[in-house]
Amino acid sequence: MATADELKFQANPDATTISIDEPVEIPKNQHSHRQEPGREEDDELLGTDDSDKTELLAGQKKSAPFWTFDYYQTFFDVDTYQVLDRIKGSVFPVPGKNFVRLYIRSNPDLYGPFWICATLVFTIAVSGNLSNFFIHLGKPTYRYVPEFRKVSIAATTIYAYAWLVPLALWGFLMWRNSKVMNIVSYSFLEIVCVYGYSLFIYIPTAILWIIPQKVVRWVLVVFSLCVSGSVLVMTFWPAVRDDNRRIAVATVATVLLLHALLAVGCLAYFFDAPELDIPAPIIPAHNGTTVITKSH
Amino acid sequence: MLWLLRNVGKAVIVAEGATELVGLDPLLICHPCSFCLFALAGSCNSCEGINESVLCLFQMRDLKAVGKKFVHVMYPRKSSALLRDWDLWGPLVLCVSLALMLQGGSADSKDDGGPQFAEVFVIIWFGAVVITLNSKLLGGTISFFQSLCVLGYCVMPLTVAMLVCRLVLLAGAGTVSFIIRLIVVGAMFAWSTLASTAFLADSQPPNRKALVVYPIFLFYFVISWMILTFTPQ
Repeated sequence: MATADELKFQANPDATTISIDEPVEIPKNQHSHRQEPGREEDDELLGTDDSDKTELLAGQKKSAPFWTFDYYQTFFDVDTYQVLDRIKGSVFPVPGKNFVRLYIRSNPDLYGPFWICATLVFTIAVSGNLSNFFIHLGKPTYRYVPEFRKVSIAATTIYAYAWLVPLALWGFLMWRNSKVMNIVSYSFLEIVCVYGYSLFIYIPTAILWIIPQKVVRWVLVVFSLCVSGSVLVMTFWPAVRDDNRRIAVATVATVLLLHALLAVGCLAYFFDAPELDIPAPIIPAHNGTTVITKSH
Repeated sequence: MLWLLRNVGKAVIVAEGATELVGLDPLLICHPCSFCLFALAGSCNSCEGINESVLCLFQMRDLKAVGKKFVHVMYPRKSSALLRDWDLWGPLVLCVSLALMLQGGSADSKDDGGPQFAEVFVIIWFGAVVITLNSKLLGGTISFFQSLCVLGYCVMPLTVAMLVCRLVLLAGAGTVSFIIRLIVVGAMFAWSTLASTAFLADSQPPNRKALVVYPIFLFYFVISWMILTFTPQ
């Protein structure tokens, strides 16, 4: 087999030596020459400093045809520490850092999205059941039911959100890419990956939603929306920034709105409203009958 | 029960003498229904022909293999019996009995009841298949059916927990009974998870063990939740 040494042509001492490693090195040097201090932040968002090299490596990886098992194995090519790093990056978003470029780096995995969604489905179902149990505990007419139907509803909702919304977003970005040349474009799996990992913050949120206080629940909604919303915004803003300003803002706003809808919808459907157990005030009406009001 | 034992006992005595003479009936090996084990054992009442005695012999050998695997799950050591000679009879019996025991709970014919038979069945088998696929995609060296076999057999502590819960609920449904059930289900959940991890963890790449163990933890957690929240009518 030919090695790099054998392919070096040394016809005469003045000629340049050619080795196989060179082409990979050159783009990296060119990029580092072109970096100016003002555009450092943008480069961190775009990740152009080593994206070429990783693109080259990624292109060499996924070459198996899609009907073989090996093709799907390339989407599970992650170690434990990588998954934990990605989860940490979604829970503590660093302002200015792009989640996809920083953590995914052209190695999108399906392990995270799939198992985070599965955990979220069961966490919401179990927490909702527990919360309803504690709210209605002590009432004489209450019988505990496991509410198992809600697991299938939760599963449908969350998996549909985690797969169909990225599909729509990817289609939209591809369409805009054909009209306006964007520097940054994501593959479908990278978008699925971002959405999957951004849902992780909802797992501890769902557990804390067991606390039957309206104020606490809404504070949690706002907080988790901020955290996961910022991950999504920092990922997708560079992809639409070069487009028409109104379309860019509308896209990011839609992404955030759908994310908020998911959180609020889950809270409203799976967790009963905590009733305030204040003794009802009795208001004597004019004609002598009493009207009892109950606060909700 | 006595009738069954008598017939199976009779079958063993007849079968012992007929081992080396005939081959095994291929149709029986492929028979999916484990309940037919008992039906066929019962039919050995009239064990006259050699074929019928061989049917009985096959069931005894099968039952012994299944029983040995149950013992291995109760005392999980590094044994390869579960992995090498996999079978799905045990998981089927366990799954069906667990699903049956989870019936009859708060079935008001309203939607918000406990899981139906089909739901339990689907969760256990679909869950086991997904976990097996997950471990194979992450680079595990275990075969598909070996993994299904291990995950199915390790449901046994939880089936025992379900039995204990139903007995405790017969005595009453108060706070004390709930605490007993919580402790029993919690202990059996830990046992199931540790037993299956002991069998499956070795076949995984070293830096991905946690990625494979977590779904197993989630799977047994869901089954434990179904058992714990079972409330009788």
